[in-house]
Amino acid sequence: MTDTKVRYQEFRLPDVGEGLQDAEIVRWHVGAGDTVTDGQVVCEIETAKAVVELPVPFEGVVRELRFPEGATVDVGEVIITVAPPDAAGPPDAAGPPDAAGPPEEPVRTPVLVGYGAAAAPTARRPRRAAPAPAPAGRGADRPRAKPPVRKLARDLGVDLDRVRPSGPHGDVTREDVRTAAATSAGPAGAPGPAAPGSVASGPAASGSPAPGSVAPGSVAPGSVASGFVASGPVAPGLAAPAPAASAPAAPGPVPAEAYETRVPATAVRRATARAMTASAFGAPHVTEFVTVDVTRTMKLVERLRKDPEFAGVRVSPLLLAVRALLFAVRRHPEINASWDEERQEIVLKHRVNLGVAAATPRGLLVPNVKDAQSLTLPRLAAALDGLVTTAREGRTTPADLAGGTLTVTNIGVFGIDTGTPILNPGEAAILALGAIGPRPWVHRGRVVPRQVTTLALSFDHRLVDGELGSRVLADVAAVLHDPRRLATHG
Amino acid sequence: MTGDGVRLLAPDGTRVPHPEHSIDLSPEELRSLYRDMALARRFDAEGVTLQRQGELGLWPSLLGQEAAQVGSVRALRDDDHAFPSYREHAVALGRGMDPLALLRLFRGVDHGDWDPAEHRFHLYTLVIGSQTLHATGYALGLAKDGSESAVVAYFGDGATAQGDVSEAFNFAAVYGAPVVFFCQNNQWAISESNERQTRVPLHQRARGFGFPGVRVDGNDVLACLAVTRWALERARRGEGPTLIEAFTYRMGAHTTSDDPSRYRDAAEVESWRAKDPLLRLERLLRAEGASDDAFFAATEAAGEELAARVREGVRSMAAPGVHELFDHVYAEPHALVDEERAAFDVYRAAFVQEG
Repeated sequence: MTDTKVRYQEFRLPDVGEGLQDAEIVRWHVGAGDTVTDGQVVCEIETAKAVVELPVPFEGVVRELRFPEGATVDVGEVIITVAPPDAAGPPDAAGPPDAAGPPEEPVRTPVLVGYGAAAAPTARRPRRAAPAPAPAGRGADRPRAKPPVRKLARDLGVDLDRVRPSGPHGDVTREDVRTAAATSAGPAGAPGPAAPGSVASGPAASGSPAPGSVAPGSVAPGSVASGFVASGPVAPGLAAPAPAASAPAAPGPVPAEAYETRVPATAVRRATARAMTASAFGAPHVTEFVTVDVTRTMKLVERLRKDPEFAGVRVSPLLLAVRALLFAVRRHPEINASWDEERQEIVLKHRVNLGVAAATPRGLLVPNVKDAQSLTLPRLAAALDGLVTTAREGRTTPADLAGGTLTVTNIGVFGIDTGTPILNPGEAAILALGAIGPRPWVHRGRVVPRQVTTLALSFDHRLVDGELGSRVLADVAAVLHDPRRLATHG
Repeated sequence: MTGDGVRLLAPDGTRVPHPEHSIDLSPEELRSLYRDMALARRFDAEGVTLQRQGELGLWPSLLGQEAAQVGSVRALRDDDHAFPSYREHAVALGRGMDPLALLRLFRGVDHGDWDPAEHRFHLYTLVIGSQTLHATGYALGLAKDGSESAVVAYFGDGATAQGDVSEAFNFAAVYGAPVVFFCQNNQWAISESNERQTRVPLHQRARGFGFPGVRVDGNDVLACLAVTRWALERARRGEGPTLIEAFTYRMGAHTTSDDPSRYRDAAEVESWRAKDPLLRLERLLRAEGASDDAFFAATEAAGEELAARVREGVRSMAAPGVHELFDHVYAEPHALVDEERAAFDVYRAAFVQEG
């Protein structure tokens, strides 16, 4: 540590879970020039599992943060560098970190468990003879397949990522692998757009070595290098084709990078993408609409805003829409349910954990109010308020997001009439509240301007029939048309 | 016996009389119990920090369970044996283990294969509950040797759902093995709460097997010490096993790979924070004039010193030699292991060096 060559130390993103591939930097607690101590928390990261605080393993002066907040960083990447406290001069004396010229010598990077000793660019390190069997993708995106099927795919040189699964839970089956192998090895010499990693496997699959390759088991020390490239297997059980040997085909015209920008997806965006795809294509959606005169609800909102019991909390049409939905749930509890695909059962939920879709700096989040059915209206208002404020400040916890049973989305705030919302995965219904505004309306036999909105209810048709969905939506509309129903029909 | 169980020290630091279990400790003994708990807590916090820095693969935090561990291990005689699960860091320190031995396991540089005979502290066991069988067998062996030593088996509430634990209970009861089953009921088997694991309070299980079961306030170091001492004396007298259910709480995550906010309420954690084991002993020490600010400052300084030693020790741990993989497969040289070692060398030689 006191070596004169020590200029700065690097902290690499550790694997804080077990087998994480990357994490998103949510917040930095320090900046360049700040003094830090060993064990001081310098940032929060969000992994696939949790938000975690990271303590820096050095003391000294922060020289550089390598990634901004919001960046997704691979495990093992340097995220922060720290100059030792006894290093001469302030951090800036070293010049801009990315300036051209010979880089300073970083020292003593901590060893990341499971990733071996930190490898400086010049370090000599062993490289595997066979391609690493683990796929490079994130664990969650790995194609599902049982271990023997994986082995078959490896033996046949089939890239599981490119196999269309036909198994019961989207699993890749043996047949899928064989079909894929037959397709890619089929027309001899066909120059089609074969996937990288699935070509050049014909000879390997048939067991005869490729021309120019070294027979398995006969790798002589002097021929090691050529052995890698051409013969995959050097040891029993590790047989695999070498994808590096087959250059991926570059089909199509010149890519038009000039006309597009690629933005790395944040953890929240990726989670949203997965959830929406799973829901949209996993649960058959039906959406129904009803247009309703909500003039009385708007008057009630005005009155409640002046009510001392609601002092300090936001009273909005959304609050009454939520209350109307809770009213409908009390009369039709079967809507507060989910479908258990595995066990072919309907799960009736005893609590209503009511989610509200919130646009936040980190993306769309749907935190939920726990036990919403048990709350008085002032407490419900406070809970919704707190939920949205917390979400906008980026402090929503996993507990806030877990366990939702029904959701309300307020697209009316954007001036939109209505829409066909996608269910929050695992929930049976979602209510969309449209824009509220004056429209010509037939009221007591005359066309007069009234406050009107359109409600949309999407529901999961596997467990909610049209009758139930319709009754729920009609109940919500009836309450918003005449909120006195809360007292008379609840 | 319901509620929190045997209690000698209330959360507010006042002593509680008990008809069967009482304890008379000198101020020096009280201070050393506090010191052991504080050092264990600081050591444990350093384990979490080191994991977050990428220096350890995993760390199971004992935060909140200091009294259960320090109180029980203090009841052991030097010749007694402790069979831990994997969270018994304070028990390990209490037996005189080098803290770095534990960290080598969680850094993955060895298999946690310390010599169990050296401190009569057996190997960390990650297979849930199986150490209760090892402990029972070992205890029976001690009895058959005519020894007066006894054995404590440590396990958690989750382990009570394992067949191994029931088998150990039955075997120990039938043969009168001198073993104390010390269950730290920290309320959560990872994300499964007590009510999802058992239909009766855990200490009542013992009755069905034919030996006594006692619940003790697991955050009360005095009660844990008194009841464990009583159970060990029963074992030495040949009266067979005892089950102690130390009713406590895991304040942290199950391990560093876990996020407890997903499955338990913050309010529950807060309610247990009020029962903190160190805080209540600190209150007693101050109320009885047994310790002053200087003592607590010195204890904290000792904790920082321990943490610094551990930190440096972990960061300078040498990577293991590859042949160590083969060293402990058999006690004696073995032809098959020799063959595999040679094959592994050939395999490693097939790697290239990148210039």
